[in-house]
Amino acid sequence: MNHDAVLEQKKIMESEWGGGKAPFGVSWRKYMMWIFIVSDAFTFGAFLAAYGLFRVTSEAWPNTYEVFTAFPLIPFEAPMLFVAMMTFILICSSFTMALAVSASYKNDRANALKFLGLTILGGSIFLLCQVYEWYHFIHDGASLTGNPWGTPLFSASFFMITGFHGLHVLSGLILLTITALKVKRGFYERRGSYEGVEIVGLYWHFVDLVWVFVFTFFYLL
Amino acid sequence: MASEHAVGTVEHHKETFISKYVFSYDHKMIGKQYMITALVWALIGMALSWIMRIQLAYPAEQMPWLETVLGRYAEGGILAPEYYLAMMTMHGTIMVFFVLTAGLIGTFGNFLIPLQIGARDMAFPFINMLSYWTFFLASVIMLLSFFVESGPAAAGWTVYPPLSAIAAAIPGSGAGQTLWLLSIGVFIVSSLFGSLNYIVTVLNMRTKGMTMGRMPLTVWAIFIAAILGLLAFPVLLSGAIMLLLDKNLATSFFIPAGLYIGGELLSYEGGSPILWQHIFWFFGHPEVYIVALPALGICSEVIATYARKPLFGYKAMVASLLAIAFLSFIVWGHHMFVSGMNPFLGSVFVLTTILIAVPSAVKVFNWLATLWRGKLHFTPAMLFAIGLVSLFITGGLTGIFLGNAPIDIQLHDTYFVVAHFHFVMGAAALFGIFAGIYHWFPKMYGRMMNNTMGKLHFWLTFIGIYLIFFPMHFMGTTGVPRRYYAFTEFEYTMQYGGMNEFITIAALITGAAQIIFLINFFGSMYLGKKAERNPWNATSLEWTTDDPMPGHGNWKGEIPMVYRGPHQFSTPEGKEDYVMQSDNTGFEGLEREN
Repeated sequence: MNHDAVLEQKKIMESEWGGGKAPFGVSWRKYMMWIFIVSDAFTFGAFLAAYGLFRVTSEAWPNTYEVFTAFPLIPFEAPMLFVAMMTFILICSSFTMALAVSASYKNDRANALKFLGLTILGGSIFLLCQVYEWYHFIHDGASLTGNPWGTPLFSASFFMITGFHGLHVLSGLILLTITALKVKRGFYERRGSYEGVEIVGLYWHFVDLVWVFVFTFFYLL
Repeated sequence: MASEHAVGTVEHHKETFISKYVFSYDHKMIGKQYMITALVWALIGMALSWIMRIQLAYPAEQMPWLETVLGRYAEGGILAPEYYLAMMTMHGTIMVFFVLTAGLIGTFGNFLIPLQIGARDMAFPFINMLSYWTFFLASVIMLLSFFVESGPAAAGWTVYPPLSAIAAAIPGSGAGQTLWLLSIGVFIVSSLFGSLNYIVTVLNMRTKGMTMGRMPLTVWAIFIAAILGLLAFPVLLSGAIMLLLDKNLATSFFIPAGLYIGGELLSYEGGSPILWQHIFWFFGHPEVYIVALPALGICSEVIATYARKPLFGYKAMVASLLAIAFLSFIVWGHHMFVSGMNPFLGSVFVLTTILIAVPSAVKVFNWLATLWRGKLHFTPAMLFAIGLVSLFITGGLTGIFLGNAPIDIQLHDTYFVVAHFHFVMGAAALFGIFAGIYHWFPKMYGRMMNNTMGKLHFWLTFIGIYLIFFPMHFMGTTGVPRRYYAFTEFEYTMQYGGMNEFITIAALITGAAQIIFLINFFGSMYLGKKAERNPWNATSLEWTTDDPMPGHGNWKGEIPMVYRGPHQFSTPEGKEDYVMQSDNTGFEGLEREN
């Protein structure tokens, strides 16, 4: 009998990657969400890269500080104020999401539910703000095929990128609602793991992070 | 949470016809569903190529039966030019997406991963089932496009805008192109579901002792191809969404200003058709390897098994797969040398492209070294695997020509390119499918396929493919362009009339030879000799199941533990000329400790 081979086999059986266990203690569910996020990042990456090309090759790209100036109930122009507020709300919802995850791992159902509710609230406000912004943008004359400020690609990329992101927020809200209901009914408690809350949280943080990129590249720069 | 693993047994629920054969959660049934669907698609794709070949061999010749078969596509017995382009587009689309992508990674990824790594099923059987049915939906949408008023998409499988984006440009760019984009969108979702499952299953569901370095090469190849799919397909999704907006909502992401169609100025402004090419080929080149890698993995495993030798350079094989996968993301520009590219950027793409020759050569030499002085068993699977090596070398060498910008500028869009990708991507990957089917058929259906018919099928197909595609190199070097409806207009293309006829006859015979395969395949399902548990004396875990054709859950008792690497043939240990991965000789007692 080969002594080295037996030692090797023993080492393998103890190692994280030796089979029969989850490497790094991460369940396949969480891996799956991570991998999905990487994949989805490539979708947004392609949109943003295309937008970058349009912007570089267009002769005159509209100045976003002159376009996005509306703020409800304020009579004067407030460049970027509204979208800055939207961004702030979305980032706050990421914060409450983190609190929800932390509460759920402490088996604190009441707080988990409270913070999930706040996250859903933040996401919903963001989405409503986006409706307002689209409404205003369209009202000012923007459409998929043209706008008063310059190249038609400006409004087309705006609708495409914020629309695709908005769909992600919407699906995130649906997922969060399902998760909250599961928390309420004690689904995770019975299962003995609140991992589901964390996985939805990963998705939510990703959607927020994408928005930070959209905000930076489309609005600010 | 650390050990969330399917070592326990799968509960045995009662299965109805619907849950067993239609909405099955069993990875083996899902793999077979993929295989059968891909076979149907392959027949459709082949029929389309026949129609094109008949047109090229006998242009302007009236064939009333053609009208009977194709109806309005061939009024008066002559295929209309716009429908020739539609046939060509659909042939490429069907073969690349529905046959080679879904047929390879869908079939073998599903069927083999859990069996070979020692798992009861995929990590998430539900979305695995969903993955097949979204693929089925994509198939239905693509099939529907044949029956719309203006015919299916006709702008080539790469659907370059503006041709594909403007309905007035060609009939196929109407409803057919819209359905094409929708179908591919759904296909991408299906591929995403599949890839997520393949990757997490390989990471998390391996049985005890099955390290990453002990996985059979097929699993490695599918694992890496799944990562490629995961990163490449979403980029195509973005492009398809933008093209769909251009087509149907009049945006101009890909359409430049000042475009005239039929003497009329279009109102588009500011878009870039080159951007589509970048997006498409950023996906398109990795796609080549999503198709090729699983075939190369199957080839490695089959060659080692029937040469009765350990695979030469297992680690080098894995490393070369990884290298090819990495390089595939930084070579897309070699499809665009004539699209207008800074020569310096072009030379960067030349360098990265030619670099792929290194890991590819590592693979070829490792296969040859595995075959060298092996005890070769020329079963149909082995013949197809060796055939794959031959096709891979032939097509790979012409790839070195085409990867060089100065030569590519001459050869771009000629029949040389058609020859190149049909060898290295089309036929080689198809041979991977055949090798896989002949090798794993006993595990899939519990019966053996007929050897004699398999060998006949191999020789007819192998010789046929060389007869069809090799002459195209010569046509290409004299500048005969691809995608042309007929070659009757120019002197230098007319000289190939005889050769075109020859290629067509070869294509018809080679296609007809596939009937032998179909008879063998479907006949053996019911009439084949009953298979033993391990008919090929192979070493990997799928051959340790209690029944030759395992049920849901794969192993009745415990999942075997793994003690050694794959492909251990003719090693000094063991009385037979092979040692199973689960053979615990020399490790007695270890099992109880864990």
